[in-house]
Amino acid sequence: MSGYAYYPGCSLLGTGKSYDESVRAVFEALGVPLQELENWNCCGATAYSSIDECTAFALAARNLALAHRRGDPILAPCPNCYLVLTKTQRYLEQYPEIRQRIVQTLERLGLNLGHDVPIRHPLQVLSETPGLEAIRQKIQKPLKGLRVAPYYGCLLARPYPIVEDPWNTTILEDFIRVTGAEVVPYAYRTRCCGGALTGVVREAGLRMVYILLREALRQGAQAVVTTCPLCQFNLEAFQDQALRKNGIQERIPVLYFTQLLGLALGLPPKKLGLHRHLIPFQPQRKALQEAVA
Amino acid sequence: MEIQRTIKYEAELDRQFAYEIAQSPGAETLFECIQCGACSAACPVSIYMDLTPRRVIAMTREGFKHEVLSSLTIWLCSSCYACTVECPVGIKVTDVMYALKQRAIKEGYGPRKVLTRLLAQSFFQAVKEDGRATERKVMLRLYRRAGLDHLIRMAPLGLKLWRTGRLSAFGTERIKNPAEVRTLLECLEEQEGGKSP
Ligand code: SF4
Ligand code: SF4
Repeated sequence: MSGYAYYPGCSLLGTGKSYDESVRAVFEALGVPLQELENWNCCGATAYSSIDECTAFALAARNLALAHRRGDPILAPCPNCYLVLTKTQRYLEQYPEIRQRIVQTLERLGLNLGHDVPIRHPLQVLSETPGLEAIRQKIQKPLKGLRVAPYYGCLLARPYPIVEDPWNTTILEDFIRVTGAEVVPYAYRTRCCGGALTGVVREAGLRMVYILLREALRQGAQAVVTTCPLCQFNLEAFQDQALRKNGIQERIPVLYFTQLLGLALGLPPKKLGLHRHLIPFQPQRKALQEAVA
Repeated sequence: MEIQRTIKYEAELDRQFAYEIAQSPGAETLFECIQCGACSAACPVSIYMDLTPRRVIAMTREGFKHEVLSSLTIWLCSSCYACTVECPVGIKVTDVMYALKQRAIKEGYGPRKVLTRLLAQSFFQAVKEDGRATERKVMLRLYRRAGLDHLIRMAPLGLKLWRTGRLSAFGTERIKNPAEVRTLLECLEEQEGGKSP
C-alpha cells in the first residue's frame, strides 16, 4: 500500500492542469498519500463507447488491472474517468461473456483484472480522511464573504453516484462551507454543461453553458465551484461567447473545489494553478470593492 | 412538385435491427418501454433534437433503422445520463444512444455538419497511437478534418490556453509502451473480426 493510485486522466494533463496541481497540493497539505498510477492509459471517455463498447471496456480495464497489481484504491478526480472506470467494473461483473474476452486479452499482456478495485473521487476520500472536522481545524485563511455556486455536473450524481442519496447530498456544499465561503442556492447543480457539444455543435453547447452561468449570477454567486475538468473548461472558456450573446457584461470565475480548499488552507495560488485561469479569481479585491461600496 | 409516400409499410421495417440493439449492454429492456416520456423530459438537449429520446426508443424497437441512424439526436446526446436514471423500466437510454452511434459509424451514417462523429474518430486514433489523448492533437485533427474555418474559429481560444500552459504546444502525452495498448485493442478486433473505423 503506497497510498491512493492517482489516476489523473488525459484532461488533467492539458486543459485541466490546475485541477491536477490543486489535487496534489491539497492531498499533500492534508497528509493523504497519493502516488500516480504508473503507465496508466486513457480511460476511453465517451468517444470510445461511440465507436465500440468492447474496446472501451478494454481500455478502462487495463487501468483497473494496473491498480489491482499495485493493490491500491484508484483516485479519479475527473468525473468522466470515474464514471468510465466504475461503469466498466460494473458491466464486466454483469456481463460474463464480455468479461471473458477482456480477461483473456489482458492475460496476453500479463495483466490480471481482479474484481473490486475501489474507485474513488477526491470528494469521497477527503470527507473520510482526514474528514471535514479535521480540515476545519487546518483552515488558515477563511474565505469569508465569498458567495459560491456549487456545481457537481452530471457524473458524480448519476448513474453511479459518489454518495448514497445524490438528490439530497450536500457533500460539495459542505466542503465550500468549510472554507468559510457562503453557498448560494443553485438548482442546476447537477444539470449537464453540454460536455463536448461546445466543440462540436456550438449553438447547443453555448446555450447550455449560458443557462448554468445565468443562474449562478442571478443567485449572486461570485464564483462557481466545480469537480469536473470538462465543466470547468466549458463554463470558463466559452463564458465570454455564451454571455455576450445574451447581453450580459458580468463574468464569473470558475474554480475547482480543490482550489478553493487549497486557498483556505493557506496554500499559495500558484501551487493551485490559479494563474492558469482565463477569468481571474481575486477574492480579496472583490471583498475590498464591497467594503468601499 | 413531386409527391412522396410519407409512411412506411410494415414490411419495410427492420425488426432484426431492433433485436440487435436490444442485445447491447444496458438495452435489454428496450421492448418494455411504456412511452412515458420521462427520458425526453429529463434530457437537457431534447429541445435541439429532431427525434426526442422517447421517439428514438419507439422507432428503434419498431425497426425504423434508417430514420434512427440518420437522426441528429444520436450525435447531440451529451451522455449526461439524465434519461437513464429516470426510466421506470430500466432502459439505459444513454447506452442505447451509444449502441446507435456505433451502428451509424459502422454503416456509414452520420450527417456531415455534425462534428461529433469526427471527434469520436479523432480521439480513437490518438489513443490507439499513444495510449493517451493529448487534447491538442485530438482537437487539431478534428478541426483539420472538419475544415479550415473551424480551425480558424478555434484559434484564439487555443492561443489563450497555450499561454496559460493548458495546451501543450509540442509534446505529446504518451504511455511508456503504447504498443501494449495497441495490442490490447487489436486482440479484441481480431476476436470480433471487425475493423476500426
Ligand atoms: S423513460 Fe423509459 S419507459 Fe419512459 S419513454 Fe423513455 S425509455 Fe420509454
Ligand atoms: S444522456 Fe443523451 S439522451 Fe439522455 S438525457 Fe442526456 S443528452 Fe439526453
